[in-house]
Amino acid sequence: MESGVNGTITCEVLLSMTEAMSPALPDAVAFPQDRTCPYHPPAGYEPLRENRPLSRVTLFDGRSVWVVTGHAEARALLSDARLSSDRTREAFPAATRRFKGIQGRGAALVGVDDPEHNRQRRMLIPSFSVKRMAAMRPQIQETVDRLIDAMVALGTRAELVSSFALPVPSMVICSLLGVPYADHEFFEGQSRRLLRGPEPADVEDARRRLDTYLEALIRQKRTDPGDGLLDELIATRLETGETTVEELVALAVILLIAGHETTANMISLGTFTLLQHPEQLSELRDDPSLMSEAVEELMRFLSIADGMLRVATQEIEVAGVTIRPDEGVVFSTSVINRDEAVFEEPDSLAWNRPTRHHLAFGFGIHQCLGQNLARAEMEIALGTLFRRLPGLRLAADPDEIPFKPGDTIQGMFELPVAW
Amino acid sequence: MRISVDQGACIGAGQCALTAPQVFTQDDDGLGEVLPGREDGHGSPLVREAARACPVSAITVAEG
Repeated sequence: MESGVNGTITCEVLLSMTEAMSPALPDAVAFPQDRTCPYHPPAGYEPLRENRPLSRVTLFDGRSVWVVTGHAEARALLSDARLSSDRTREAFPAATRRFKGIQGRGAALVGVDDPEHNRQRRMLIPSFSVKRMAAMRPQIQETVDRLIDAMVALGTRAELVSSFALPVPSMVICSLLGVPYADHEFFEGQSRRLLRGPEPADVEDARRRLDTYLEALIRQKRTDPGDGLLDELIATRLETGETTVEELVALAVILLIAGHETTANMISLGTFTLLQHPEQLSELRDDPSLMSEAVEELMRFLSIADGMLRVATQEIEVAGVTIRPDEGVVFSTSVINRDEAVFEEPDSLAWNRPTRHHLAFGFGIHQCLGQNLARAEMEIALGTLFRRLPGLRLAADPDEIPFKPGDTIQGMFELPVAW
Repeated sequence: MRISVDQGACIGAGQCALTAPQVFTQDDDGLGEVLPGREDGHGSPLVREAARACPVSAITVAEG
């Protein structure tokens, strides 16, 4: 159960309220919805939990699609080649209005099917192996320490998103890719517009600017190479004719965005969640060896990327229903990762449970390429933050701290803290 | 017990090397493989966990 300090009252009330709500007709459930508590699934998803493993939801444009909410069915369907990730397909569902304009352009890696996906992924996987990511740990530690030094030098209060949660992964992905961190305001700002608009024109313009920026960077690197992953890909894949500038730009955009936005949100929301769960935080402080397990549990509990989309290309029989060709399918990670059949007392945050089989990194061929980098960043960032600032606390009323709406990656907009 | 990794299916997520590092590693291409001499599972209780964690079911655990 939730351990109570002020802010969790909202979250506890939310949970008991949803129990009392009369179940809505599954088809009437809108997707996505905003969370009421930043670390619990939206209250409005309760009918989806009651109707596992599959039910129906209505997207912003009135389209009705399948929603997968059972853990076993999600594993099976995310591994099923009859579901396509190709967003250039006419029938591919759109999550929000602002993504409609950009869908025709497609997306490398995350938005392509095999065999093209496999070819793109295989160019990248040597650079993201467990060993390569372990070798980055000292550098991540140094980055984290330097940022905390800067926060401490400025006093005893900070806004944690801008001073820590965002710069940690942003600096790390820059160094890994060979993108100059001096340009961080540009690409962080454009990534924000690409993911959150607000207008469709913002999304399209941001994509264009990021493409132009990375194309210029790749052109410059061809004559003046550095030692990042982009330089390595230029030497081993571009100059050999295995890939094109266009494809390399498309891959670089995905790596740059996925490399900082997601982890930044996990660090900010993870910190907020730990501060709202003092008992679990104190267990973690007493035994730092729990940290890697804690990161997995936070990934499960927070499920910040909620709503992976697919479209069926053939008929699929699953759990007594038939998904027909051209029907949309959305995977509600936040609901899947609280499936009682797999996770005991799924609504509580606990370190002593087998939590590794969460689907927060996805499953199937598209499972997160950067997951072992993300794990290292989260372990080091959260572990070091709470060790070096033992008095860390929220510096604002938790109910007043703004967090992100349901139609994007979940996380905190701001996180005022003191120590 | 005989353990094998289908490198044709592998996507280099690294779940096997992360879950059961005494049995699995990744080669220079980032693909999962069984450590030499550990094809029998090396008595590791985590082999089945690793097989279940693999997102593309590339790990086969054969009895006998």
